[in-house]
Amino acid sequence: MTAHPYMPNSTPELHRELLDAIGAPDVESLFVQIPAEHRLQGGLDLPPALASEASLRRHLVGLLARNEDCERNLSFLGGGIWQHHVPAIVDEIARRSEFLTPVWGTPSSDLGRNQAWFEFASQLGELLALDFVGLPVYSWGCAEGHAIRMAARLTGRDQVLVPATISPERLAVIRTYCGSPELAGYIEVVLVDHDPETGGLDLNDLRTKLSPRTAAVLFENPGYLGTFEAAAAEIAALARANGSETIVGVDPISLGIVTPPGEYGADLVVGSIQPLGVHMSAGGGAGGFIASRDEERYAREYPTLNLSIGRTVNGEHGFGMALFEQTSYGSREEGNDWTGNSVYLHAVANAAYMALMGPEGFAEVGRLIIARAHEAARRLGELDGVRIRFPEGFFKEFVVDFSDTGRTVAEVNAGLRERGIFGGIDLSGYFPDLGQSALLCVTEVHAPEDLDRLVDALKEVLA
Amino acid sequence: MRRYHSAVWDEPLVMELGRPGRRGVVFEDAGPGATELVPAGLRREAAPALPELSEPEVLRHYLHLSQETLGMMGVSLFGTCTMKYNPRLAWELVARPEIAELHPDQDDETLQGLLELVHGLDLFLRGVSGMDQFVFQAGGGAHAAYTHAVITRAYHASRGELAQRDEIVTSIQAHPCNPATANAAGFKVVSLPLEENGYPSLEALKAAVSERTAALMINNPDDMGIYNPEIHKWVETVHDAGGLCFYDHANFNGVMGKLKARDLGFDACMYMLHKTFGAPKAGGGPAVGAYGCTEELARFLPAPVVVRDGDRYRLDHDRPDSIGKVREFFGNVPQLVYAYTWCRAMGAEGLDEASDVSVLLNNYMEKRLLEIRGVTKSHPHLTAPRMEMTRYSLGQVEEDTGVTVFDFQNRMADFGIDAFWLSHEPWVVPAPFTPEAGEMWSKEDVDEWIDVLAHVVEEAYTDPELVRSAPHNHAIAKLDATDLSDPANWATTYRAYLRKRAEAGGSDGGDATAGWAKVAP
Repeated sequence: MTAHPYMPNSTPELHRELLDAIGAPDVESLFVQIPAEHRLQGGLDLPPALASEASLRRHLVGLLARNEDCERNLSFLGGGIWQHHVPAIVDEIARRSEFLTPVWGTPSSDLGRNQAWFEFASQLGELLALDFVGLPVYSWGCAEGHAIRMAARLTGRDQVLVPATISPERLAVIRTYCGSPELAGYIEVVLVDHDPETGGLDLNDLRTKLSPRTAAVLFENPGYLGTFEAAAAEIAALARANGSETIVGVDPISLGIVTPPGEYGADLVVGSIQPLGVHMSAGGGAGGFIASRDEERYAREYPTLNLSIGRTVNGEHGFGMALFEQTSYGSREEGNDWTGNSVYLHAVANAAYMALMGPEGFAEVGRLIIARAHEAARRLGELDGVRIRFPEGFFKEFVVDFSDTGRTVAEVNAGLRERGIFGGIDLSGYFPDLGQSALLCVTEVHAPEDLDRLVDALKEVLA
Repeated sequence: MRRYHSAVWDEPLVMELGRPGRRGVVFEDAGPGATELVPAGLRREAAPALPELSEPEVLRHYLHLSQETLGMMGVSLFGTCTMKYNPRLAWELVARPEIAELHPDQDDETLQGLLELVHGLDLFLRGVSGMDQFVFQAGGGAHAAYTHAVITRAYHASRGELAQRDEIVTSIQAHPCNPATANAAGFKVVSLPLEENGYPSLEALKAAVSERTAALMINNPDDMGIYNPEIHKWVETVHDAGGLCFYDHANFNGVMGKLKARDLGFDACMYMLHKTFGAPKAGGGPAVGAYGCTEELARFLPAPVVVRDGDRYRLDHDRPDSIGKVREFFGNVPQLVYAYTWCRAMGAEGLDEASDVSVLLNNYMEKRLLEIRGVTKSHPHLTAPRMEMTRYSLGQVEEDTGVTVFDFQNRMADFGIDAFWLSHEPWVVPAPFTPEAGEMWSKEDVDEWIDVLAHVVEEAYTDPELVRSAPHNHAIAKLDATDLSDPANWATTYRAYLRKRAEAGGSDGGDATAGWAKVAP
């Protein structure tokens, strides 16, 4: 065969040279460990190779052309992955081959990457006003799953209270992480009702469900339906009085204008890192974090890799692994949950993003998002038959109820799509109590004329 | 020896850079009243103590940090992780809006190109493994192992046997993620020891399985390059006991195109797209553990699954027996684009050639490495050629000179050689190291790697202090002996660092590089 561009030794001469060096007659003789009956007969049946980069590129570009994206279209989708502005230099930094290719290295050989990770945790710690931040986990939902398991180990209890309005995606992940009743370590997920006026937790239902089995109360600020939890401090106080941990999920891009959760009593704080300079990539931008006060009690339960600043023998800054022995790399099944590949390149992008933003950038983007989202909600609420479910106290997402228009969300969204607009997530399947409602997301990427376009298109679709 | 020196920028922490009032990015003014839209009790009072930098300062800071990162700029033969070329064609394509600016909740009709690509990758991996369906939701190999443990729960629960079947069997040579995820899913772990021939005995397995066995989670070949020739009997044994069999294909590179997991009887398998299939390592993800299984288990797979209906593709969310989700959405899409690109560039012949070269080059390495003073391999009495890896030991060198494998990692990096992999716990040989040549490195690259190791061995015998005090050609020296697992010392954030530096105290605890060197992402 022609030498393959990815394989420098794929020439007959090199095969021969290597075989001669080891004194083997042929490559086949090197596979004698595998019994003949295990060996594949007749080769693999796969599509033909496109070794020519020009041909392969044509094929791939042709596939990509069949996608409709959120740049050519106007999108109001959110609910766990959000369209935010990614500054150009964040892309350059995250695409550098030095950051793209490391497998692990040493504290000195991959110093720059390690420092970027420390700067991720440090800057996120400032946003959260918390001292202990682990390296990222796969997603917000996975962070919640791990945090719940941490709380169960900390308290020796086996129930977690979770808002009934949590994202169905995240709830599904939490249920998986909480295990099976037939097996050891099972944690029962108990859903807490929401207040139909505010979208926050129903505190009476919460009080009823708190019990000596409650390992943790989990809530999100803002929650899946976009609303802030105004009773956050009261919920955390109730949890603490019950001996339970308080786990709070946050959207870090809100924290320039919103109180960091540690200040209202959160013990474990989780959230998504995607809003901080990571592209949506159809969900491939997902990433999560876990943070807390720097107390040994919490630190000893982290399942993450934990990078600590340290010193070199010459007194320079360096970065090493803290608490390594509690990971599965150190202790196999005795470790906390498991540790493996995560989304560490996103942490580099996050570090650059937060450094660009600074305190004023976060305040400014927070104000812009909340103002644009409220403007959008106000204007949509003026349309005939359209109702905003929770018209106050939300951040970038809000629930638009189309029930009184006589149209389903599916019909509305189909009409919008014909006009180059991706409408909000259809909530009618998961949350039938909300009727024909959609979750719309508005961020700093939406200009006033985008809202005009949405309103005009909806007028046509609903006419 | 090649002369190498890393860039030295003495780059301060970003927290120590900038001046008050500088801006790196600005947004339009929201107009009056925006802050008041936050409920009264939830308005932030003290601004976060983030640095204040201009755009060019941020760019140059992180470019300096990138230059202080070796990555794969030199030769990296990190065993078990299968260092791969990452096609830059995919690097170019994933940045385009047709991938980067897709939302996972878009209507399927607007994602046809992506869904066709995902389905194409699924078909490719089915072809490679013999399985009936692949999904890509797991964010890494460990997460795919966890997926299997969760599917094992669902399978036995569907038969009413889960309470009884609470044990998962593995070996001490399996990657730690297998026992760890089995335990995290609620199972008890049974780890089989190795026998003289390098793998656990069939008798030990037979003694371990029972009506309590839920599954076997095993890799083959192992990280020592030893292939268990009785693996089909293992599968039979576990199946006879009513358990499922999961093939951790972390070490697939040497057997690509040579065997199929399904032909050996396995119910499910996992490939790491960031290892075997060309997606970047990225320092530890984003990654993908591609999980494939038989038709019998497919109904339990996490949702959604990409399916083809005629000439259209859709995300199938309506799967009543599904375990639900192990992570939101349907996978790390850019990594799927890398893997699909790599697979299509390679084809069947390319995969076959890659496994040929991987095994050939490993055996070439072995011949040369064993000629170096003090280098031995595990199970030296086994004469059959190893697969794509061999487990070596520098125990003799350490005994003779006091130079450790951690010192070797640091000193070899002085020549631009990325740290080698040692071994997972437990170590079966002293001072282990495990290079893996793979197919992307030229013979010249591999010769250079071996020459550097030989040179450092020579240094260890003639000037051990030079090696022990390495690195010398990097931006910083090696870490001191501060115990970073002492709460008085660790600081995962700058806030904690400032506080603890003021308090001082804490303890020293041996070689701070040791914990670092045991991670294999």
